Amino acid sequence: MSIIEFKNTSKHFGPLKVLDGVDLSIETGEVVVLVGPSGSGKSTLLRCINGLETITSGDLVVDGLSVTGGKRQLREIRQEAGMVFQQFNLFPQLTALENVAFGPSKVRGLSREKAREAALDLLEKVGLREKADHYPAELSGGQQQRVAIARALAVKPKVMLFDEPTSALDPELKQEVLNVMRALAEEGMTMVVVTHEMGFAKQVGTRLIFMEHGHIAVDGDPREVIDSPPNDRMKDFLQHV
Amino acid sequence: METDWSVIVEFIPQLLEGAKTTIYITMVGLIGGLVLGTLAGLMRAYGGRILNAVAFTYVEIIRGTPIVVQVMFLYFALPVLADLRIDPMSAAILAIVVNAGAYIAEIVRGAFLSISKGLTEAGLAIGLPHWKVLVYIVGPLAFRRLIPPLGNQFIVSLKDTSLFIVIGVGELTRTGQEIMASNFRAVEIWTAVAIIYLIMTGTLSLILRTIEKRMRIL
Repeated sequence: MSIIEFKNTSKHFGPLKVLDGVDLSIETGEVVVLVGPSGSGKSTLLRCINGLETITSGDLVVDGLSVTGGKRQLREIRQEAGMVFQQFNLFPQLTALENVAFGPSKVRGLSREKAREAALDLLEKVGLREKADHYPAELSGGQQQRVAIARALAVKPKVMLFDEPTSALDPELKQEVLNVMRALAEEGMTMVVVTHEMGFAKQVGTRLIFMEHGHIAVDGDPREVIDSPPNDRMKDFLQHV
Repeated sequence: METDWSVIVEFIPQLLEGAKTTIYITMVGLIGGLVLGTLAGLMRAYGGRILNAVAFTYVEIIRGTPIVVQVMFLYFALPVLADLRIDPMSAAILAIVVNAGAYIAEIVRGAFLSISKGLTEAGLAIGLPHWKVLVYIVGPLAFRRLIPPLGNQFIVSLKDTSLFIVIGVGELTRTGQEIMASNFRAVEIWTAVAIIYLIMTGTLSLILRTIEKRMRIL
């Protein structure tokens, strides 16, 4: 069974059709890279998966639960689908450790001590154990994003959603974030990644989706479609990233 | 009449009594105003259409009318309208609650809405219900931004209590007025009254500045 399934899903902002009847199945273990020009609907597609955007019509099922099934069900979906944002969005009043421990203790109801331990392990995993007691403002962008990844992982999701995770970072900081993401993919995590990093798409992605005007225009193996784009629009797009 | 500062000494106990009443009205009124204002502010920021409209109407009515008119209404008009007689002290406190509440509502709304939407989304994305996001994440951040404008409102409300002279509450200004009426020592008495107000507002400023310093604005 697919872990994420779009069934003729549409999303409108007023008269604007951002997603226009999307059909898409994502299987467990896939690393799907979403690319496309700005306004093509890739971020919206991602944000519909965990209900940060509500869908206008059709259906979208995540781990057997429909995103239209009410608030409670939506919270369950969100615990199964962790999200990493372009702007990191770490809680500024909490240390790195507290940011990571926040989900498990407030959502999963873990004890303070257990949540701390789990958080330390996760910080270790993203290579930031020694920064546990630092506040977000004291960390570089790349470090903040790695903490944000640890925070999303802490709730033990089955899928990770990345919304342009390296777009706000200086070139030399992008790599440390991409490395963490690569390691995550190698562990078998199901991932959906909106990004402009074609190198990452080719190396780590198992599937590439090119979106245009709210439609899926290309869906294929990343190496194949990047090296020989099946249509002119995608060829043109790739020349500009 | 020559200015003679020594006359103040005689009236200090009486003036301090008045100041006590001023502090009492301000404190009780502001506690009520904080509760009402927070509620109305959150209704404005997060309430549905109806809650928002209710809070909006309240804020606009109060901000659009002078506090003297509000307290006159409470004290003189309400008994006629609703057969509800209230004593001057209650009317004074209620006026501060209602008046400060409206301004605090706008302060609270502004502070909450100034917190980046991304943080709310990050909280929701890990599966928190919206109210927990407000309590644990947005609230504590908004609170830090509340303090400077709230301090300003506290000082305004403290000074507004002087207007309750119109319904005869024995606060500081009224006390000064009464003393003045008996001895005509305008310079001495009004100077003393002004200084007592300055001491009260200065202390309030100092307390708020200390709290502000202890909390980093994030």
